[in-house]
Amino acid sequence: MRELALNILDIAENSVKARSTLIGITITVAGDTLEIVIDDNGTGMSKEFLSKVTDPFTTTRKTRKVGMGIPLFKEAAEVTGGSFEIESELGRGTRVTARFKTDSIDRAPLGDIAETAVTLLNPDIDFVWVYTVNGRSFTFDTREIKEELKGIPIDSPEIISFLRELLKENIESINGGIVL
Amino acid sequence: MKSIADIKAIRDKMQARIVNRDNSDAELETRIVVGMATCGIAAGARPVFNEFVDLVAAKGMHNVKVTRTGCLGMCKLEPIVEVFVPGEEKVTYVKVDPDKAKEIFTRHIVGGQVVSDYLIGEQ
Repeated sequence: MRELALNILDIAENSVKARSTLIGITITVAGDTLEIVIDDNGTGMSKEFLSKVTDPFTTTRKTRKVGMGIPLFKEAAEVTGGSFEIESELGRGTRVTARFKTDSIDRAPLGDIAETAVTLLNPDIDFVWVYTVNGRSFTFDTREIKEELKGIPIDSPEIISFLRELLKENIESINGGIVL
Repeated sequence: MKSIADIKAIRDKMQARIVNRDNSDAELETRIVVGMATCGIAAGARPVFNEFVDLVAAKGMHNVKVTRTGCLGMCKLEPIVEVFVPGEEKVTYVKVDPDKAKEIFTRHIVGGQVVSDYLIGEQ
């Protein structure tokens, strides 16, 4: 994965497949640490599956026996000197936390968060994005957007294009010139 | 800066259009489906998805839907895009990038001609 935003898209797709109705994605930059938390209210995992989920030879997929998404994200964090945790409970949901050292030469760029966010838009699933850089914060809650849309699907191409621009502008403003 | 309040104007425009369309449109919907599992994402599926979205939005084609799917089992041919045109057989494009997406959109989605260079058998 060339950007952490692509890892986020990939991990959030797991939450989508786990039949979540609400997915929270929190990105926080503070000092020399970048933390990404993805938590959902989906089906969750059994203790047994959880214990082997960072192994690439574990997957929910039926077409083959390899699942690279979580191992890639874990590696991306640990290679910077950061950390990776995954907590899950059957029937309650899953939380993935990855911490990166921002000044590590091996850290992938954060990448295009706006594009990842709009790629995930779904009429049946809500997302709450909280993006914070050194105390400045922006929240994007699809429940508020859907309220305004009054029945028009949030994944209509025109809405996706508009929201991508809205997110880009807000994220740039929060970044205040910092390149992440 | 754009805000949630701006959605109202777009919504009003779209609602006017929905009132005007008859129910038979639902069956005539063209679908552009982009593979978005780990393999697709790593190969560049996200910009391809967003390119199709922008092209459909710019043309205001309300009978075309852009959606995502999982792994189709041919990871080395990602990004894979399936096009479903009502009444026609499914067309599978492989190794798609944003430039190829533009071409597929113009020639196939708008023009009705399959872009045979990017079909699965040609790669």
